[in-house]
Amino acid sequence: MKIMVAIKRVIDYAVKIRVKPDKSGVETSNVKMSMNPFCEIALEEALRIKESGQASEVVAVSVGPAQCVDTLRTGLAMGADRAIHVDYPGSLYPLSIAKILKALVEAEKPGLLLLGKQAIDDDCNQTGQMVAGLLKWPQGTFASKVVLDKEKQVATVDREVDGGLETLCLDLPAVITTDLRLNQPRYATLPNIMKAKSKVIKKVTPQDLNVEIKSDLEVVQVTEPPKRKTGIVVSSVDELIDKLKNEAHII
Amino acid sequence: MAIRAMLAAVRNRSFTTAVAPRYRFLSTLVLAEHEGGSVKASSLSAVEAIKSLGEDNSVSILLAGSGPSLQEAAAQAASCHPSVSQVLLADSDKFTYPLAEPWAKLLHVVQKKGNYSHIVAASDSFGKNILPRAAALLDVSPITDVIEISGSHLFVRPIYAGNALSTIRYTGSDPCVLTVRSTSFPVVSMSAHSISSPAAIEQVDLSTFSEDDAVGKSRYVKLSSQDTERPDLGNARIVVTGGRGLKSAENFKMIEKLAEKLGAAVGATRAAVDAGFVPNELQVGQTGKIVAPELYMAFGVSGAIQHLAGIRDSKVIVAINKDADAPIFQVADYGLVGDLFEVIPELLEKLPEKK
Repeated sequence: MKIMVAIKRVIDYAVKIRVKPDKSGVETSNVKMSMNPFCEIALEEALRIKESGQASEVVAVSVGPAQCVDTLRTGLAMGADRAIHVDYPGSLYPLSIAKILKALVEAEKPGLLLLGKQAIDDDCNQTGQMVAGLLKWPQGTFASKVVLDKEKQVATVDREVDGGLETLCLDLPAVITTDLRLNQPRYATLPNIMKAKSKVIKKVTPQDLNVEIKSDLEVVQVTEPPKRKTGIVVSSVDELIDKLKNEAHII
Repeated sequence: MAIRAMLAAVRNRSFTTAVAPRYRFLSTLVLAEHEGGSVKASSLSAVEAIKSLGEDNSVSILLAGSGPSLQEAAAQAASCHPSVSQVLLADSDKFTYPLAEPWAKLLHVVQKKGNYSHIVAASDSFGKNILPRAAALLDVSPITDVIEISGSHLFVRPIYAGNALSTIRYTGSDPCVLTVRSTSFPVVSMSAHSISSPAAIEQVDLSTFSEDDAVGKSRYVKLSSQDTERPDLGNARIVVTGGRGLKSAENFKMIEKLAEKLGAAVGATRAAVDAGFVPNELQVGQTGKIVAPELYMAFGVSGAIQHLAGIRDSKVIVAINKDADAPIFQVADYGLVGDLFEVIPELLEKLPEKK
């Protein structure tokens, strides 16, 4: 079985982002970029499934401008067998990404499509669900545990939901989106980074895939959230209780 | 019915450029959740949010499931808000569990029949799982986790863990699919509304609900949840959170004791959940629960960006941490640099009993 993993290049999670003064977006030039942490977890899960003998190949895919290739190289260094870069100069909304992923899935025919549950830049949490809908595949989102049964062709997924931990059983092929506690991604070792240089990254465009990019959303402006009033430091529990009672009127 | 069909035909004419705001007839479908015979608070927030879409909005509430608790929830939904004109019931054991595949298909079927201008759900794990799938079936881009509605097609949502806000205009065709953050749309108490007559309750025609989709390819096995008397994190007035500083699951009981004293909900940071101190449903933050209580007390919490994302809209934030440089102190209204293992017992001793 082949596993396809969709990965996204985003501003590194530790970076303190700045909103551009013209409110057109967030500053991304000269800012550290990394593979989205949830995508790393998705790729790690795919590699573990392959290493356990339940999959034969892991294909990493990414949609975006030329720099995506860097993120795909990291994926190859972690252990993906090959990669596909869908070249598109701007940024795309989840509906378009989902359509592109659907076209790739139809070409590559994986038994499992893994994605991070959300990208830490737009925090959408939509793409996995959308591509599952387009493919008419079952979905297991926010997965904290995945157990494959190759014989029965099912995946048992534990999901982190508001009420606790939900367990679902999905017929393969399926779409699974990963949550934080699914696994701890590996670091790419130096020998693997070197090996990755000779692995193939195929480049295609949305037109090659017959995908029409639909534009039904428009970012009007990006602003900073309202700042909280600066707080104070109290020096004792008595003072804290006093403030909460008599100043904040909460207790 | 003929008038509705005519209006639907008018709405579905495609317009070439749609930049200038026009008066559009609004009709909103709310995907609501119910439990134990009551509509969930998060769904009531979604109904509240709809007011901001515009005047002249006819609201239909969609409930699905089976059995007497569904009927009870329907009766409640019919009287929950003056703008609700219809309650749609999909009564079938296909909807006993919150599986995305049948629910997204249901939304598709209901939308094709009703031609709503908007479909709205709460941005909780149920809504987040289902609405994007439904939007894909309808070939539209959803807008999720909306915190402000500035117009019928103009929305504000947080990005970068809430460190920036993005104002988005939806320029596509009907329906505009949204999930809204409950904490941003608090429910006005029932007594403030005057419901002249409850809305009509109608059955959804499921005869066209074909099985060609992924319905049937997923099966619900079980839900493991913590049995607790603590109020729900999502709408508690006070939240007491413990972080890595608690050091053990055993120590976390101190947080629970304090929460009990204050009548508060218990929250946790990702670090505390990862370390196994508490189960995942207590996690507060960018990828956990978003809370906006009147009082948020954080003990042994460093204040990582991703945790702050979940607590930004709290009225008052209190932080107790041994480390005076912990980032949490930058957002706390009241900070106390101290050892939580001494502060919590002192608070337990000195706090007044809850009213």
